[in-house]
Amino acid sequence: MARLVGGVGTSHVPSIGAAVDLGKTQEPYWKPLFAGYGPARQWMNDVAPDVAIIVYNDHASAFSLDLISTFLIGVADEFQPADEGYGPRTVPCVAGDSKLAWHLAESLILDEFDMAIANKMPVDHGLTVPLSIMCGQPNIWPCKVIPLCVNVIQYPPPTGLRCYKLGKAIRRALDIYEEDLKVVILGTGGMSHQLQGERAGLINEEFDINFLDQLSSNPDWVANISHEEYLMEAGSEGIEMVMWMTMRGALDVNVKEVYRHYHVPASNTAAGLIILENNDVGIRK
Amino acid sequence: MSKKLDTHNIPGTYLFDKERSRNGYYLNMACMSLNEERNREAFRADEAKYLDNYPMSKEQRQAVLARDWIGMLRLGGNVYYTFKIAIYDRISMQAMGGAMCGMTEDEFRNVMLTGGKDQLGNPRGRTNVLEKNDG
Repeated sequence: MARLVGGVGTSHVPSIGAAVDLGKTQEPYWKPLFAGYGPARQWMNDVAPDVAIIVYNDHASAFSLDLISTFLIGVADEFQPADEGYGPRTVPCVAGDSKLAWHLAESLILDEFDMAIANKMPVDHGLTVPLSIMCGQPNIWPCKVIPLCVNVIQYPPPTGLRCYKLGKAIRRALDIYEEDLKVVILGTGGMSHQLQGERAGLINEEFDINFLDQLSSNPDWVANISHEEYLMEAGSEGIEMVMWMTMRGALDVNVKEVYRHYHVPASNTAAGLIILENNDVGIRK
Repeated sequence: MSKKLDTHNIPGTYLFDKERSRNGYYLNMACMSLNEERNREAFRADEAKYLDNYPMSKEQRQAVLARDWIGMLRLGGNVYYTFKIAIYDRISMQAMGGAMCGMTEDEFRNVMLTGGKDQLGNPRGRTNVLEKNDG
């Protein structure tokens, strides 16, 4: 089976990627944020997963208003970094796991999650910034990646509860996979931020910390946060935190929080990171 | 938060809902087209002519040409799409954020360094995080 050993929730702010790419991580503005990423990179290195499922959203890079998929899975063997207007990020090409991705697609659809399936798509900062956060700047990414893309730009995104249930279905699919693989899952985006309108610049530390506090021990409560509450409390772009719930849903009911980092600001955003481990998985074997 | 909020009456917020998406389709697609270098070149050569490729309203065209960031949102723009114009202009998300609330980039950056804004859009005015780290 594919053993899901842990999950990571992390922001995917594009300027975090730019700070890595442009060598700014030790500047005073960025240093405290990146200092907190050190232990997360160590964890990723120690766990050494074969595959990372990354739940993220595209930002008008691979997909446009021409076609809006609520849930989409990338089944290719390779995904190129997207040109988001600056030229593509100078990060390694992302290697997929086509076989596991197709297994997930088939299992999820038969489990009543009607995924869109992409054989070809570029991946933008929503996916590559979490890789930079967790892996630094290697010549090749240390694991294969299955992109799971969620619409959070066109209102309404899927509810937090739906994302949570999708995570549970992903877990059922991993548990019956024929190959022995070690898997981690990343839920990305957030935390509180608003990029648009006169309220641009919203940060809600109280909301974010409570979200982090409840995520390990009280996931059903977090899964039921409404869109209205996200919009009001976490900001119009903070609603993308629903994607963390897919990560949480895939993990055991009982998990161990092994690391947390929270820093304001990263550009216009509250940057959060949390690592949760399943309890009985022999994580480093 | 048991009371259901009206998602259309959140202060200073232009929710990209079905109505805005219907009205803003061409505006947003014009913005997104700047992902491609050859389109950026064509836009650079003649912005108004380039926008002729997209059948948007006169007001939408004017908002793009004038870099009226709030106007674009009101007319159906989505911030991730309109930000493509800011990328083209080489201005930051913080500069665009400031422009949407009458602040310079530095003023907006300072708001973010001092805890951002509260749910009503008022700067929190906390200790500057850079100064805090120095101490």
